[in-house]
Amino acid sequence: MKNTLVIAKKTLLESAGISEQDLQTVLGQILGHKIDNADLYFQSCWHEAWVLEDGKVKDGSYDIDRGVGVRAISGEKTGFAYSDDILLPALTDAANAARSIAVSGGEGRLQTRSIPAIKELYAPLNPLDSMSKQAKIALLERIDKEARAQDPRVSQVIASLSGVYEVVLIMASDGALGADIRPLVRLNVNVIAEQDGHREQGYTGGGARTDYRFFDDAKVTHYVQQAVRQALVNLDAKPAPAGVMPVVLGPGWPGVLLHEAIGHGLEGDFNRKGSSAFTGRIGERVAAPGCTVVDNGTLPQRRGSLNIDDEGTPTQCTTLIEDGILKNYMQDKLNAHLMGTASTGNGRRESYAHLPLPRMTNTYMLNGPYNPKEIIASVEKGLYAVNFGGGQVDITSGKFVFSASEAYLIENGKITHPVKGATLIGNGPDVLTKVSMIGNDLALDEGVGICGKEGQSVPVGVGQPTLKVDELTVGGTQV
Amino acid sequence: MVRYVDQHVQAELQALSTDILQAAKQLGATQAEVELSHASGFDVTVRLGKVETVEHSRDKGIGIDVYFNQRKGSASSTDTSKESIAKTLQAACDIAKSTSEDKCAGLADPEFMAQDYPDLDLYHPWDTTPNDAIELATNCEAQALEFDKRIVNSEGATVSSHVGYFVYANSHGFMGDCATSRHSFSCCMIAQDDGNMQRDYDFTVARDPQDLLTAKIVAQKAAERTLKRLGGKRIKTCHAPVIFAADIANGLLSRFIAAISGGNLYHKASFLVDHLDKQVFPDFITISEQPYLKKALGSAAFDAEGVKTNAHDLVTDGILRSYVLDSYSARRLGMKTTGNAGGIHNLRINTGDLNFAELIKKMHKGLVVTELMGHGVNIITGNYSQGASGFWVENGEIVHPVEEVTIAGNLRDMFRQLVAVGNDVDYRSNICSGSILLEQMTIAGE
Repeated sequence: MKNTLVIAKKTLLESAGISEQDLQTVLGQILGHKIDNADLYFQSCWHEAWVLEDGKVKDGSYDIDRGVGVRAISGEKTGFAYSDDILLPALTDAANAARSIAVSGGEGRLQTRSIPAIKELYAPLNPLDSMSKQAKIALLERIDKEARAQDPRVSQVIASLSGVYEVVLIMASDGALGADIRPLVRLNVNVIAEQDGHREQGYTGGGARTDYRFFDDAKVTHYVQQAVRQALVNLDAKPAPAGVMPVVLGPGWPGVLLHEAIGHGLEGDFNRKGSSAFTGRIGERVAAPGCTVVDNGTLPQRRGSLNIDDEGTPTQCTTLIEDGILKNYMQDKLNAHLMGTASTGNGRRESYAHLPLPRMTNTYMLNGPYNPKEIIASVEKGLYAVNFGGGQVDITSGKFVFSASEAYLIENGKITHPVKGATLIGNGPDVLTKVSMIGNDLALDEGVGICGKEGQSVPVGVGQPTLKVDELTVGGTQV
Repeated sequence: MVRYVDQHVQAELQALSTDILQAAKQLGATQAEVELSHASGFDVTVRLGKVETVEHSRDKGIGIDVYFNQRKGSASSTDTSKESIAKTLQAACDIAKSTSEDKCAGLADPEFMAQDYPDLDLYHPWDTTPNDAIELATNCEAQALEFDKRIVNSEGATVSSHVGYFVYANSHGFMGDCATSRHSFSCCMIAQDDGNMQRDYDFTVARDPQDLLTAKIVAQKAAERTLKRLGGKRIKTCHAPVIFAADIANGLLSRFIAAISGGNLYHKASFLVDHLDKQVFPDFITISEQPYLKKALGSAAFDAEGVKTNAHDLVTDGILRSYVLDSYSARRLGMKTTGNAGGIHNLRINTGDLNFAELIKKMHKGLVVTELMGHGVNIITGNYSQGASGFWVENGEIVHPVEEVTIAGNLRDMFRQLVAVGNDVDYRSNICSGSILLEQMTIAGE
């Protein structure tokens, strides 16, 4: 980690002639203005994307985004400004703007700095340099060939490869000094299949905090097969049912259920404000016995993982629900302080130009005792949903949705035929109380999750074993 | 030409655009285009009478596309120093040397450039400070909190004021620029009754601060909308008519735009592939694009490729008359660009004579949808399935709020079975519509 700090200082500060002492001075100036806390967030991001369509890579892009965000906190008040020039005068201007919020408040003190001991969950690699341009293009061309070779009904293949090399440095008046080098790669495969003028799509992908070597032959073939299979399954799909029924959710990505139904509602800001359907419910039963859900930012190389969050706090594994009982919220520094607790390492921001908020990392449910086959066999008539497009929640009413993109009917304990995509709707605070069987096949998603909140996107992970929910509303067309 | 508040920035970005195109030519690019932008503003949020956040923003950016014959490369940066621009341009050129040739690639044809263009009155800086904005937000939130004792909490009131300026230039010799402003304030309240908690909001947005609604109106609407949701119930699974309230009806029209957009058409990823000159809506429907409306949120005299925008009908008498194309998708389809690189500019649908209450009477029995949730719309097939909340209507009157249901159908049928468009048009968006009554959808509930 020491090495990471050296690289970050070199990348973000030294090139602009800024020293650590300068940062101390800027923080000291902000605090001198009746501000309790302040932090500086330096970030450089190099991003590239290559897109294939019609069998050719015809466009590529390369983006550089860098800057510094300055935050000043006075009680519940936050002042924020940023600059996309990392230069001392620009930093001072931003600091002056940020601290102008203080008309009252405590007198903060600059704490001596502390560098937390952190595990290295991912290597400080630059993915952009891990493969030649020719190899990146060849990888995408291979996807096209493999997909078309799988089935003559494949009519279009759109594939994209993207990589980010991100360097951050955080210095806060509470003494936190942290740096992180965050590689992130992603591969998407979108296949359209056509039969008798009818078209459907299949969509897969994967990614991780590492470099492009993550996409080995076996993974690429797996993504292609899944995308083609999904498109072909959907060509045969019948209209989905409408109404309340038992729903069996497959392992992995269907964990988007947990992200929407309970995850957002357990973020510290909503609970500090009392606007969440879970406010004041710590210690209460919110899920069936056997349901244990965690948010874990410490899984090696996972898309949602971070060595330190965007406030310099080491990430951790936070138990949200233990055996059905609500245990913890997810906190950043501000909301933890206002609620009299400690940050759980969930303070995240999209970039230097955004304020940190309590956000999820990798959110998943632990294994239960059942074989997935037993779970399906227990359903007389219901839905088996294995792939989802995405979801949304109203944290105040607790109502949430998630939209299935691959689903099947279960009749008399057997999977019978595929049905068209449909949105599922439920009530967050009680949906997990209706979980009657938990599988023993916990899986995490393949690494493509993006979570949006207050206009900010961050990469996240989800996961779960196969789950049976006794009652969910399925939004199909067949009454 | 409109004077941007910082005339130094305006002159600097114009000069830079010329330098970059010159440098691209020297590096061997046969064509190039560049966009340089600058924006600044602030957002303040007040919650329960106290300042929660004051955010100052100041952004700049540069985007470059280069073509080496018909190979394309793109790069962007937030750093507009000379050194960084040179690196960005080099990165775009390096990419163009690796990509495959594409006979449809390249700038829009020179004859389509917007040679001269009108001032659309889009730039009205707000002579206000964060402190004034805090006062406005405090005032707005306080009125909403006082509206009814069941309003027990608040997510806060937010006031935003932003201005921006951009220059787009390309190697045809075209240079266009535009200064814009956008101001808004919103108020989001929480109501509670019998343990049931609901949240809703209202907002106002305009290019010109003079055109914003008053704090009183926004506060009242935010409070009323929140209170009306209390006591929401589920309804039995059924087929029934559905009204999309005006503020979400524009979502239906944006699905229509997605389905007739070039990218989805040449990928054959739309249920409206090959539907030009075919009936898509009932014969009383006209849908038009109106880029030259003064002060409107979606107005633009030229698109993201410098092409003159086009005031025209997309649908007349229910028949699809035009797709929504940029020059690349147009070439792919063997057509001409419609001036829609970067999107649509002010979409409008013709309305009938009925106001919202009359539309409900006409529906007689069914669901009024005021909020949609989820990602259950498939443009390839037209399949539509979304979470919804709103109000149940019997005998032409609202009888109770509804929550935790879904509405489902197929966009192809939904468009064809459009019964009426109300005259209660919501103008707070680029795509504007009155409330839309559809003949029938599947509602899944209890």
